[in-house]
Order: sequence, then structure tokens, then C-alpha cells
Amino acid sequence: MEKVRSFLASFGLPRLIIAGFLLLLFIVAPFVGIRVGASISDTLARFGMNSIMVLAMVPMIHSGCGLNFGLPLGIISGLLGATLSIETGVTGPLSFLLAILYSTPFALIFGWGYGKLLNRVKGSEMMIATYVGFSSVAFMSIMWLILPYSSPTMVWGYSGSGLRTTISTDGFYSQILHNFLCLKVGTIEISFGEILFFALFAFIIWAFLHTKTGTAMTAVGSNPIFARASGISVDRQRTLSVIMSTWLGALGILCYQQGYGFIQLYQGPMYMAMPAVSAILIGGASVNKASIPNVIIGTILYQGIVTMTPSVMNNIIHTDMSEVLRIIVSNGMILYALTRKSGASR
Amino acid sequence: MSEMTKPLLEMQSVSKEYNGNPVLKDVNFTLKEGEVLGLVGENGAGKSTLMNILFGMDVIQQTGGYGGKVLIDGKEVKFASPLDALNAGIGMVHQEFSLLPGFTAAENILLNREPENRSVLSLVFGPRANTIDRKTLQKKAIDAITKLGVSLDSDMLVSEMPVGHKQFTEISREISKSSIRLLVLDEPTAVLSEKEAEMLLKAIRNLSAQGIAVIFITHRLQEILDVCNKVIVMRDGRIISELEAEKTSIPEMAKLMVGREVSASASSKREEKKLSDDIVLSVKNLWVDMPGETVKDVNLEVHKGEFLGIGGLAGQGKIGIPNGIMGLYPSGGKVVLNGKEIPLGDTRACLDSSIAFVSEDRRGVGLLLDESLEWNIAFPAMQIQNKFLKKYLGGLIKWRDQGAIKAVTDKYIKQLQIKCTSSKQKAKELSGGNQQKICLAKAFALEPKLLFVSEPTRGIDVGAKALVLQALKEYNSKLGVTIVMISSELEELRQCCDRIAIVTDGAISGILPASRPSEDFGMLMVGKSKKEAN
Repeated sequence: MEKVRSFLASFGLPRLIIAGFLLLLFIVAPFVGIRVGASISDTLARFGMNSIMVLAMVPMIHSGCGLNFGLPLGIISGLLGATLSIETGVTGPLSFLLAILYSTPFALIFGWGYGKLLNRVKGSEMMIATYVGFSSVAFMSIMWLILPYSSPTMVWGYSGSGLRTTISTDGFYSQILHNFLCLKVGTIEISFGEILFFALFAFIIWAFLHTKTGTAMTAVGSNPIFARASGISVDRQRTLSVIMSTWLGALGILCYQQGYGFIQLYQGPMYMAMPAVSAILIGGASVNKASIPNVIIGTILYQGIVTMTPSVMNNIIHTDMSEVLRIIVSNGMILYALTRKSGASR
Repeated sequence: MSEMTKPLLEMQSVSKEYNGNPVLKDVNFTLKEGEVLGLVGENGAGKSTLMNILFGMDVIQQTGGYGGKVLIDGKEVKFASPLDALNAGIGMVHQEFSLLPGFTAAENILLNREPENRSVLSLVFGPRANTIDRKTLQKKAIDAITKLGVSLDSDMLVSEMPVGHKQFTEISREISKSSIRLLVLDEPTAVLSEKEAEMLLKAIRNLSAQGIAVIFITHRLQEILDVCNKVIVMRDGRIISELEAEKTSIPEMAKLMVGREVSASASSKREEKKLSDDIVLSVKNLWVDMPGETVKDVNLEVHKGEFLGIGGLAGQGKIGIPNGIMGLYPSGGKVVLNGKEIPLGDTRACLDSSIAFVSEDRRGVGLLLDESLEWNIAFPAMQIQNKFLKKYLGGLIKWRDQGAIKAVTDKYIKQLQIKCTSSKQKAKELSGGNQQKICLAKAFALEPKLLFVSEPTRGIDVGAKALVLQALKEYNSKLGVTIVMISSELEELRQCCDRIAIVTDGAISGILPASRPSEDFGMLMVGKSKKEAN
């Protein structure tokens, strides 16, 4: 009994429930006429699309800024990079690199300002961050109309100005990572391109956290007064972490777009932070501790649920429950995590 | 008639421990009606714990209750909460005021016990809708103030009062309760001016004449002589001595308060070290705005290789000195290290010039509770001096050198005998004494030239205490590192230090060699000037 309890404590009860539920879905799936192979491929594809946005949570959690509810700000940087890249007319893989390149300065500048703001509101970062995200989305909704884009693939057909709500990445960088090193084993399709792309950035973050600066960042998150007494500039570390999170958010949305095939503007980024926040929390992270395994496990579990529930549930009860379930899982998870302040599970 | 002879309050072999550290041992005393009992002792002697037990504070229950018996009128009582204590007629006035600033004295005195008038609405909504009977309220408040025998305007807003009047309002509130029989005053005169303190003492005598017993905790020994019938001196959780106030003197009390064995044991063990003429650190007109430990004007010179102690009672500012120099709280003045002025408020600059600081707030400032011991010990040295790092790409990437970190941690675990499962254990899982050793190891890893250690033995058990002090002594004598140790425990300072400075009221009231008898330091602490002490 003691062993069971300590296992539960270290693995985390919610994570266990979600994992159990996902397993159940996979067991039930064949009986209601769903091909498990396709489901697994779907889950993996969604992992590739979303994992970097989940990774974007890590630096800010480490520096004690909490969960990055302001992810839409990073996403907007990514959107700016994406649209600018398409505007230049470059196609193919190069357009993806260009999008990353263009979005970087925006991410750095936005992240810097966002970081400065969060330094002024220590203690209530997450609430402020939520509204930073919301208001930047609203502001950009105006800007998408006004900015002088002219590429015919992006602007409204009837007026010739203002960007459309959804823009296809077809011919530019649609599926560019997904199709790279894509392996088919029976019915299961595994895209190593996306996984490698994620692995690269996960490695960079992991490595960063092992450097002197990364150590200082973790210490700032763990005990800011200790860090200050050790001569660390707490504000500078926090700003750096916010910049990193914002930049990863920009990368994350580009990765998402290549998998999804469309750029979503206007209200698109509004609630993008919630699934990412929820995923890392399911993965076992807490408000002040997160690791790369948390990101990987969390994204697989969360995206697994999101892929599997619609198909299985719909086939069982013939009603569309998927959205309801997704909302319960993601918001419930956020609520749960915010009410407990203990350390993360391993 | 037997009821009359029974003492109002009796404590029978009361004891208490926190996490295995005994803080009260076998405390016995009695208190009769109308008696005024003075309670003196250094900080940490167990006075507050004793009062917390008497008052049924939550901390006591949460940490496992207490041993022994508390008797009121000869019957044993166990208060589960302060409310029970209030009902039994015990009132307490704390050091911090708990008054509503926007209310008048009268309103504060009778807060939540206001006399009420029934109104029409009460018929419908019950007693919640009663109105306050202002006339009776005034009258009752004035009664309480008169009982106390002070002049206090019952209509004055608390926010506009001088501190003394706030104090009187607090006391009036306690004695306005009709059942009050015992009043505990915890350092009531600490914030008062001399004249106000005099008024308060008069008030205490008034209360005593009306049959209310008073327990009076103070550091001002003169007041004890002025007002108390008997005095209890506490040290290390024991009652050292129970004295008749009329037959004792300030030096006697001061001696009992601070001295373990007042024989020359401490000084004889330690040979007189000749002070070097080099001045490592000179502090001029230092002020520090640290809440509760304000430093007003400190001038201090620390000699090379010296072990300087800074003592004094709590709240006088001794802790503010290192915190201010290290830039953890706003400060000003001039600090010169080895002839070079150090910018105040710049922690990094201090650390860069080889000053290290072990904070008194272990858990808040001293440790990364959620991280491993390795991190805790190596972190400052890594950040400040680039130790324990592997450099790649010409120093562009500074990688944490896990091996070196483990080696240094293991070294200090062994050297300081830190009890832990491994160097990977989290700091929060260690006991207080071992946590303190981690803090020391962290400072040692910086290899400082000047080390500030603030309250290194606070809240740790006797064995760990000895080890910590031994480590500091060795560090000073073997490596010649200048150490400035701030401690509330005079005896501990006398054991380790060459000289001891006593801080009173935000300034140094005197510096004496550690070999001087402890009464001299006691005199400095209780505010007698240097001349008188000499």
C-alpha cells in the first residue's frame, strides 16, 4: 500500500487518470470500428504540430514567471514571420526558414517588452499574461487589415487589401517537416522530421538549463531572494526567460501551420495558450517546475485524448462530445494545477 | 476560604519542544491575585513560548502540545484556542498593535462587544440588525480608561494617536472585559517614550491594586524594579531564578539573564589574540531600512583576521547591519573594504569583492529549498566566480560541471558532518542544523576574505550549534578569514569572538573584548551607556 501511495505521489494522480483513460480509449477503439493505426498516426502528427508550443512553457516556468498564458504574443510573432515570408514569394522549404528568420526579431522585441511588464507585476504574472495575450490578439486583428500586404495568396480577393482569416500554406511550407523522413509501418505513419525538429529544440532548452545562465534562471524561479543574495539580477533572468518562451511560441505556431496547412489570423491565436498550458500540466509540470519529459508525456497524453475521444465517443453514443471533453480536460487540468503549489512529478 | 488561598495561576513543570528541540524545560511558578510578575530573559529564552502556552495559541497544538500542567484557581486547564483563555479571564497585549486605525479609541476598546440597542429591524432580522448604543459604549470605554488610570481621549481616532496612546487603547480593551483577572504585557514599553512608559507603569500599579495580576515582559530592567513584586529570570527554556524585586538589582538580573557560567570559562579557553592593525572593513554612518531591525547610525571598524561579534537584543538593528551592507535592504552611509569604497545596495559588488553573507533567514534567503544540496552549495561560487564550470567554444558555453559540483559538496558534507542521504537530496528535507551547515558551506565555497554570519545558531539543537560554531572558529583561526558574527546569544559570541559590539537602538553602544564579564554586555544591552558599564 505504501509503495502504491509513493508511486501515485511521484507519478501524479491526474496524469495516471488521463493515461488510463487514453489507454481505455485505445482498447475500446477497435470494437467500435476505429482503426487504431490511423489514430496513432493522428496522435503523432498532432504531437509534432503542438510540441514546440508546449516546450515554450518551460523557460518561463523555470524563471518563476509561471505558465505562459501570454503565448498568443509569441504566436503573433510567428504569424508576422509567416505572412512576411509568403509576401516575399519564396516557396518550398526555404519559405519555412525565412518565416523563422522573420519572426525572430518580432519575438525578441515583443518578448522583451512582455518580460519588462511581467517584472512589474511579480506575483500575479499569470493573470496579467492572459490579458497580454488577449489584448495583443485584439490589436493585431486591426493590424492584419491595415498592414500593406499585397501577396494575392493572402489578401482579400474583393478588395485587394487586408489579410484573409485563413491562408493556405500550400506551395510554401505545408507539411514540410511532416513529409521529411516520414515512415510508414503498416497503417501507422511516423514523421521523423517533426520529431527531430522538436528534439533539436528540446535539446537546446535542456542544454541551456545546464549552463551557468540556465542554472541562474532555475535558481531565480526556485527562490528569487536566494538568487538576489547570490548577486543574480532577477529581473534580467526573468526577461530572458520570457524572450525565450516568446520565441519558442513563434516557432511553435510555424510548426503547427506546416502540419495543419493553414495560417489562422485574427481570433486564431486567442485560445492557443490553453491547450499548451494544459498539456504541460498533464505532463506533470507544476507552476514552478517543469522538465522536458513533462513536455513530451504531456503533449502525447493531451493530444491523444483530443484525437481519440471524438472518434470513439461519436461512434459509441452518436453525439459529438469531443469539444466538451476537450474543454473539460484542458480547463480542468489548468484549474487543478493552479490550486496546488507543490513540486512537479517526475 | 480555601479558594482564596489558591493561587490565580500556577504552572507545574511545563515543558515544550519543537521538532525534538526542547525550548521549555520544567517551568514552575505561581502567581497570586494582584501580583505583578516580571519576566526577563534573552531572546529565545522561552518567554514567548511560555506565554503562547498560557494563551492557548494555535502554534502550540500544531507542534504537538506541551507537557506539564497549567492551573487556574487550582484547577487544571487546557486552552484549545485564545478564545478559551479570554473566557478564563486572561488578556494579552502583544508587541504589535491590533487596532483599527479608522476607529476611535472607544470603538476599538469595545470592538465586537459593543453594547446594543434593539431596533425595529431586529424584530425581523434578529440581533444582527441591532444598533450600537453609543452612550453606553462611551461610558464603558471611559470606565476602562479610568480603571487603567491614564489620560486618553476616547473619541480620538487611533490613526491620529501617538504610539503610547495606542498602547493604552490596547490595554484598555483587555481590561474592559469584566472577567479579566490576568493581563500579560509583552514588551509594552519598547515603543514608548520615557514619560509614556512612566504612565504605563503607574497604570500597572493601579491594576494590581484592583486585584488584577500582571505578567510583565520587558528588557528594561529598571522598570521591573519599579513595578514588579517578583521577577522570573529565564534562560534556555528554564527558570534560572525567582527573585524578590525589592531585593535584587539590575546587575544581578543582567548577569542571570546572559551568563551561563559567569566564571571565566569562556575567556580562559580562548587565548587573547592580538588584533592586527590592518583594518579590513570600516563602516561609517550606516543606516539600513530593514523592517523590525532598523539601523540608524553604525560606525564600526573590523580588523584583519578578527572574529568580531555583534550582539544586542532583538529589534535593535544588529541584523540590519550585514543585510544593509550586502544590499538586501535599502541602506546608506559609507562602507570601505581594504581601502576601497563599496557601493551600497549592490549585492554583486559585495560578492565580487570577496564578502560572503550567511543570512539569518535560512529558509527564505539562504537556501534553494526545492533544489539539491549540490546546487545550494555550488550556486553562488558558480555564478560569482565561474567555479565548477566547463567551458566550450572558447568560453561561449559555460556548462555546469556536475563532477566538480559533486566533489565540492561531498567535501563539505564530510567536513561539516552534514547528515543527508546524498548530495542530491533536496535542501528542504534536512533538519534545521544541517540546513545551517549547508548555508555555511555555500559561503565557504566562495572562499571569502570577509564573512558575515547572521544568527548561525538560531533554531538549531545544541549538538549542531557546537559544530557550527566550531566550524566558524576553525575557519577563522586556520584560514585567517575575518568573520563578523551576529548573534542574539551573548554566550555564544563570548565563546567565539575576539571583540563583541553591542547594538542598541540602531547604533553601536559599545565594543568590548570578549573576555569581559557578561554583566558588562548585559548593561550595554539594556541601554546603559558605555561609561556606566565600564
